[in-house]
Amino acid sequence: MRALLAPLFIVWMALGTIPAMAQDSLPPAPYAYRQLDDPAQEAKAKALMETLRCLKCQGQSIADSDASMAGDMRHQVRLRIAAGEEPEAIRAWLVERYGDYVSFAPRFDGATWPLFVVPLIFLCVIGLVLWRKLGRRA
Amino acid sequence: MIWLPLALFLGFVVLFAMQLRNPAEREVESAMIGKPLPQFALRAAADVPGLANTDMADGKARLLNIWASWCVPCAAEAPQLEALRKQGVEIVGVAIRDRPDDVAQFLARYGNPYSRIGADDRSTVQMGIGSSGIPETFVVDGKGVIRYQHIGDIRAEHVPMLIEKLKEASK
Repeated sequence: MRALLAPLFIVWMALGTIPAMAQDSLPPAPYAYRQLDDPAQEAKAKALMETLRCLKCQGQSIADSDASMAGDMRHQVRLRIAAGEEPEAIRAWLVERYGDYVSFAPRFDGATWPLFVVPLIFLCVIGLVLWRKLGRRA
Repeated sequence: MIWLPLALFLGFVVLFAMQLRNPAEREVESAMIGKPLPQFALRAAADVPGLANTDMADGKARLLNIWASWCVPCAAEAPQLEALRKQGVEIVGVAIRDRPDDVAQFLARYGNPYSRIGADDRSTVQMGIGSSGIPETFVVDGKGVIRYQHIGDIRAEHVPMLIEKLKEASK
């Protein structure tokens, strides 16, 4: 059985690793891998980059990704931070272009409020049930 | 009733197994449809003029093709772009992170359907119009407003649809 499964496994692994796209040959943008000189600004940029989605490699943030587009996005973020732009303004700029999907930071708005409110309601109901059950026993 | 937790557990196992086999990769649509192009002016990427947003406010609807010489599906869509050009469609290109030599080589090999090609070395224009992949093709109307986005390479069956979208954008 194992003799049969091993080649299958290798084929499956190989299929999973066929690259969908070739790579470009340009060097990374200047601020793709270079930190800003001002540590406070770099900290702001880093915090923002960790909550922006890499659009090519969608499970990763642009801070985690080596995709060239993620590098270009980091360059863009660092330049804007260095120019004095607020992180939330940069996030808004990207959301305006790609929708909420580009941001990992959840927003409380018309579509997402149940995500925040429903757990609170559940907690209240559970508390009420427990209080009634345990309260009756005592 | 005693089996209910086990049934729930197995239900979740099946759900997770299905989701794991079906990763969350998805196409990200641009949120810029109906909005004007951002301001930009790109240097020429080859022996064709460069591209600025002001070039696209001349009253004529056209296609804006995001591509690169290093992108494999871009070679696959080249015949379709050529077919569109032969039908009188103006196509401008934005070459993402590309070298002039490579662009020239690609055009020599697959033909040049572009009236202009701008070199977008830092993906700035790509980000500016909400494009997340290569190739993508945008229909831009005569006022420089983005009207439609096609994600992925253009196949033969997409050609009439794009011509229809251009007609709508020309109204």
